Amino acid sequence: MNEVACNAAPAPAMRGPNDYKSDVKPVWCPGCGDFGVVNALAKAMAKMALEPKDVAVVSGIGCSSRIPAYMASYGFHGVHGRALAAGTGLKVARPDLTVIVTGGDGDGYSIGGNHFLHACRRNVDMTYIVMDNRVYGMTKGQPSPTTEPDWDSKLSPDGTGLREFQPLVIALTSGANFIARGFTGDPNGLAEIIEQAVRHPGFSFVEVLSPCVTFRPEQKEWKKIVKADALKPTADMTRAARRLLRDTGFELGVLYAGERPPYAPRGPRALRTPSELEARFAL
Amino acid sequence: MQSARSVSVVLAGSGGAGVMTAGNMLLEAAAHAGYYALMTRSSGPQIRGGEAAAMLRIACEPIECMEDEFQVLAAVDWENVQRFNAEIPLGDSSLIVGDPDQGNPPDVFLKSGAARASLPLKKIAKSVPEGRANMVLLGALAALLGLPDDAVARAVERTLGKRPAALAPSLAAVAAGRAAAAGIAVRFPLSPPPATRAPRWLLTGNEAAGYGAIKGGVRFVAAYPITPATELLEWMAPALAQVGGTLVQAEDELASVNMAIGGSYGGVPSLTATSGPGLSLMVEALGLAVAAEIPIVVVDVMRVGPSTGIPTKSEQGDLNIAVHGLHGDAPHLVLAPNSVADCLGTTQWAVQLAEALQTPAIVLSDQFLGQARSVVDRPEDFPGGCSRVTAGAGTPGYKRYAVTESGVSPMAIPGSAGLAYTADGLEHAERGTPSSQASDHFAQLDKRRRKLTAHDYGARWADVEGEPAADCAIVTFGSCTGPVREGLALAAPDGVKARLISLRLLAPLPALQLLAALEGVQRVLVIEQNQSAQLYKYLRAECDLPGRATSLHRPGALQFSPGEIRRHLLEWSRA
Ligand SMILES: Cc1ncc(C[n+]2csc(CCOP(=O)(O)OP(=O)(O)O)c2C)c(N)n1
Ligand code: SF4
Repeated sequence: MNEVACNAAPAPAMRGPNDYKSDVKPVWCPGCGDFGVVNALAKAMAKMALEPKDVAVVSGIGCSSRIPAYMASYGFHGVHGRALAAGTGLKVARPDLTVIVTGGDGDGYSIGGNHFLHACRRNVDMTYIVMDNRVYGMTKGQPSPTTEPDWDSKLSPDGTGLREFQPLVIALTSGANFIARGFTGDPNGLAEIIEQAVRHPGFSFVEVLSPCVTFRPEQKEWKKIVKADALKPTADMTRAARRLLRDTGFELGVLYAGERPPYAPRGPRALRTPSELEARFAL
Repeated sequence: MQSARSVSVVLAGSGGAGVMTAGNMLLEAAAHAGYYALMTRSSGPQIRGGEAAAMLRIACEPIECMEDEFQVLAAVDWENVQRFNAEIPLGDSSLIVGDPDQGNPPDVFLKSGAARASLPLKKIAKSVPEGRANMVLLGALAALLGLPDDAVARAVERTLGKRPAALAPSLAAVAAGRAAAAGIAVRFPLSPPPATRAPRWLLTGNEAAGYGAIKGGVRFVAAYPITPATELLEWMAPALAQVGGTLVQAEDELASVNMAIGGSYGGVPSLTATSGPGLSLMVEALGLAVAAEIPIVVVDVMRVGPSTGIPTKSEQGDLNIAVHGLHGDAPHLVLAPNSVADCLGTTQWAVQLAEALQTPAIVLSDQFLGQARSVVDRPEDFPGGCSRVTAGAGTPGYKRYAVTESGVSPMAIPGSAGLAYTADGLEHAERGTPSSQASDHFAQLDKRRRKLTAHDYGARWADVEGEPAADCAIVTFGSCTGPVREGLALAAPDGVKARLISLRLLAPLPALQLLAALEGVQRVLVIEQNQSAQLYKYLRAECDLPGRATSLHRPGALQFSPGEIRRHLLEWSRA
């Protein structure tokens, strides 16, 4: 790579949240909850004085998964449901980067559900932000795994009749090292949670209540239901599990901050050059 | 007794009889004695410990396939060995060696008219403290083939190096077997090995591919096990760590391919390996790698399909999915190694091409190439060459998907200042921002195709051999190349002359080079191992093959044999 003198960019300490946003105009509906995530993410990055060049925001497909292009950092907008896999590969291959994986509830809990389980148990040092609007927004209003069983839609008239997927329960039992819930209507609180998530070693999972004003307009009421600071961090899994038994889905805060060491592939005993590997074939 | 330039032997027996160990030792002994050799294996359906057969061919010249007939079938016992009947053709000059205390050889083998010899393997083994029947058999076979003592001893020592306690009894059992074989009148002595001996390697195609990947620069691998690709990944796990790379075991192939894409997006050349079922799961992500222009390599070690098919057997049935499996117009690379040794160079080349052209490359290996253990001349060092074009930090007005003349646009690697962009599977404008404009779609489609078609692939697009002036030509690929080459040589005394083109670059099809190599040809025969003539149809769709083009194709489970090819070539030459 030929290094050329770099453009005059603001010094890290001088960067404000806006310096972490790109000039690409979001395609989202006015009032979409996901705007709040861009703001909170930018705030958290500014607070941590991250270098945009050392951050990669990775996503799958969905309205929420459009987020990488709206940030000033490196972005990766892959295929539906595989954001965690791409993020895992990136972080393992490039441990020096800060990797933030983003997406929706359909992307992460339905088509990508298996990757969610294994990302939790693998515990790679990265952050996963799910913008949960309990609907498939991009495909215009089908039920997702977190949708209420009686929510009526064209694809599932009278509702799916299926029990909702419990992201925090799954994350806790699968081994995520940091588990929190935020709300896009509270960008400051969300920014704080994201900051803690990024700083916490291992796999950090942030479930964000992010209303879809178009297909779930009733979610505009969420701001009246959420309970800020209702979840208090603990490193005790049993306590966290017990707390979840009383969970209504609207308590905000950090549920769990564990101490499991992050994924670290075992290094070799001694480094060799590729040609030294040939010895094993020689007769 | 006349000596032969090639001898084929099977060692068979029930689970735990140790025929694979003995087979591997015989293979190594042949190598130490200066011969070329090839070993394939077959085992019963049991997950572990079922009957097994080690099939070896030992020769004075380099070999890339098995022969039509085995000269010796030797078994420690006969339990279920008849299961391998189709894979162990015998003739009336073959020899069946068995332990009389283990009953009669199955009729399917006796029918061949082969001679029989009895060796009380278990009794002889008992006479040696800690002796085992498989080592007795190894000694007897070495005697029948005329392999020198020291070569066998070296092979045994190398194998048992870590278990010195087993060494002395094994060598004693080998000696006892050799002595017992003195009573067998039929012999199959090999002609002397070639006098000049270039350095040789002993390896499988899967190992060769793994090493080629590392030589090509791969430092990140995401893996999900699947027969017959698993050994490639297992070989790479420690090897990659030794060169400072990393391997992650993924939860499935959807994950492994996307992990590899993620790693490569981070600037680290990345690979995954799989077989048909896994490749089927990967195609969506391969399209992403095409659209977002992220280099990755997928080695598909083909097995018999469709569906789970026959996991342990070879077939060339994945050509269609490899070339055409992606949705949309998604130009990418497909390459095929044509020998065990070539798995190294072709995989290395695939990495370099993928990196240089920022696109996915599928390497179509197969079960035969991947799992055959082979003694080969040390593969030629394939010089490096092309690598990824990256953007310098701070390039003003950087456009990730800039439309360039070559079609390749410098790629920014995360960590480089002033170049942040979003890699996107959505169609995009030059900057990488999503676009649904027809003009952007045209421009990007065109650049992605141009970079592949405009690239100079040099002489490695195919191995072109045979009679350059012949007015007939055979086109083939992959593991068919070995039997076709040998079958053509066998047909030569009957006046069959043909050019032989073994395609290494399958996509983009180097049609101009192919047509130039076929210049003046009246008849073309396309040979492949699948039911639907996938290569034949592909070639006919992509270029105007000269003269009369016909196809020889049949599905797998069994490899083509040289004699089978010869028979077809004789018919073809008369038709
Ligand atoms: C393999 C595949 N299947 C289906 C789709 C169609 N699709 C696009 S986005 C989406 C669901 C998005 O829902 P969610 O992840 O909840 O995100 P939201 O749009 O609500 O933010 C679906 C089904 C696709 N792009 N790819
Ligand atoms: S459809 Fe819903 S989720 Fe998508 S942009 Fe509009 S409000 Fe947001």
